[in-house]
Amino acid sequence: MSSSNDEIQGTDAALQAAHVENRRFRRMLFGCAALTVLTTLAIFFVLFDNATSYFFSSRISTLILDVFRERSLGPFAEFTQLITFTEFLTGTRWAPDHAIPSHGVLPIVWGTLAITVGAAAVSIPIGTATALYLSEYASTESRDRLKPTLEILAGIPTIVYGYFAISFITPVVVAGIARIIEPIGMGIAEISWVAPAILEPLAAGMTDVSIGRYSMLSGILVVGIMTIPMVSSISEDAMHAVPDDLRNGAYALGSTKYDVSTQIVLPAAVSGIFASYILAVSRAIGETMAVTLAAGFNANLTANPFDEIMTMTAYMVSMARGTSAVGTVEYQSLFAVGLMLFLMTLAMNLLNDRMKQRFQEEYR
Amino acid sequence: MSSPDFDISIGVSDRTKLKGRVFHGFLIIAASVGVVSLILLFADVIYESVVGIVTFGINPVDFLTQPSSARATRAGFLAAIIASIWLLVLTAIMAFFIGVGCAIYLVEYAPENAVTRLIEANLANLAGVPSIVYGLLVLAAVVNGFGLGAIILSGAISLALLVMPIIIVSSIEALRAVPDGMRDGSAATGATQWQTIREVVLPASMPGIITGTILALARAIGETAPLIMVGALLHARRVPGPLDHFSAMPTQIYNWTFLADPHFTALAALGIVVLLSILLGMNLIAVYLRKRYETVM
Repeated sequence: MSSSNDEIQGTDAALQAAHVENRRFRRMLFGCAALTVLTTLAIFFVLFDNATSYFFSSRISTLILDVFRERSLGPFAEFTQLITFTEFLTGTRWAPDHAIPSHGVLPIVWGTLAITVGAAAVSIPIGTATALYLSEYASTESRDRLKPTLEILAGIPTIVYGYFAISFITPVVVAGIARIIEPIGMGIAEISWVAPAILEPLAAGMTDVSIGRYSMLSGILVVGIMTIPMVSSISEDAMHAVPDDLRNGAYALGSTKYDVSTQIVLPAAVSGIFASYILAVSRAIGETMAVTLAAGFNANLTANPFDEIMTMTAYMVSMARGTSAVGTVEYQSLFAVGLMLFLMTLAMNLLNDRMKQRFQEEYR
Repeated sequence: MSSPDFDISIGVSDRTKLKGRVFHGFLIIAASVGVVSLILLFADVIYESVVGIVTFGINPVDFLTQPSSARATRAGFLAAIIASIWLLVLTAIMAFFIGVGCAIYLVEYAPENAVTRLIEANLANLAGVPSIVYGLLVLAAVVNGFGLGAIILSGAISLALLVMPIIIVSSIEALRAVPDGMRDGSAATGATQWQTIREVVLPASMPGIITGTILALARAIGETAPLIMVGALLHARRVPGPLDHFSAMPTQIYNWTFLADPHFTALAALGIVVLLSILLGMNLIAVYLRKRYETVM
């Protein structure tokens, strides 16, 4: 060990440099992490700011800049509300781009809700049953075959589902359902004297079915199929986390597999299963391409599943014009609708977070 | 899951047995819905592609080597494919470094405090934001805000924002899989934290990180809504560069499907075959990487 003073100083400097480098990279990487928070803030700010230009005469950021520039509150005088929130939230006609504009957002909110609820009615029972089958009943081989299939289903781009809706689900499945329903509707019309108030419109709706290019039912089916893998994979994880002791205890008491599945596994995994439902619903709310190509562009307030409807996302797609439309009411309305969409999915995500925390705490 | 080794049917009534069987049958039917849908979807796309080639005389080679056109007989997919490749490259560059950087910070450096919890909670939320909203953000902030225009770079920014949370989450998993013993060993030699990350942690976790990134990019290449919001063109008529206006594979498929002309529908089906083949290729690479390197650690 013969080291001169110089060498010690040299390694000292190298050590110093290494620590400086470490601190620099730590700051840089923190910057990367901070960028993700910045993205959320940017989404919120940009949507909110542009949405104000839809309701008021200018954007809130323009107003604030003007106030600073002129050093007076003058610009506030010119800042007027063009569309009332009451009209926006309670109006029943959505046509912001028409010659006689109307700004009631309800029809497209209804479109989104109808698709979301309908899709949940498809994917929740099927997805939960698939998960239960995978977790409790399936043999190893059928598990190994079924799980990759569901993963492929989850990985297919939404535009492909949209194509599938237009070229198969609508002309084959929806039209087939309509053909089955028509004679039933005629039968109901025969006996509608029993309760005319309910049965007559029902029969009319069932017999007068015209299958267009788009329908609510097609959108419900395609989004339902898309969200099955989401429900099944997360639910299965939750069922998998249920300790075997619980199952064995039930078997020891003489339970059958059916009893164990429905009375032990399902209740024990319930918070994880609910988390998967929320995720699927959140995905259905924000789903765009499949819904646009399946359900259409007509903002109808209708309960007839064979009618064309428009979701919030479909409206945004139909109004997207890139740079050419800046300043028009169509462009501004995109952000009002987008902000609503963002807030709806945000609420779902926060709910999902709460569920997940509960689910993780249960079997640690 | 485990089932008991002894015969549980002793002393069980026929009704109970029947109930169990009916339930089992119901589960099998429900589980096959996904499989049947997938088969129908593939069959439909392949059928329409064959119709396109046979009935409308679409030449697959011309389809792959010509840009799109408003006339169905002359429309090809080349410009859309090139646009998608540009999007993929630019998205990868932007999302990879920032995403992996964020993951490294969260796994290696982040102290347990409120800021870290905020970043993690925010990440879960970002992953749930609908893709169309990212498109809207880029439309207002980048396309019109900075005046960048509806070019490929703008589209790539929206896709990068979209897949960033996915890359971060998968990178975090890959980094956490590196045993702490390796970090401690490196630290014991006097290495700084950054030296440990660069020389020990990153090389060990890189296969996992790359696999996650490829899967995230596979998600990006099929995304349509953000590109439509950013302002993709109706037809990709010429091969674009990174600063040109564009229509990528999914947006071109959307426009062809939307046109409601059987010839264009067939073109869309062929486009979907190309898109799905590329997705399959990316997934196979990811699976290969995972298999190849999972034994190393």
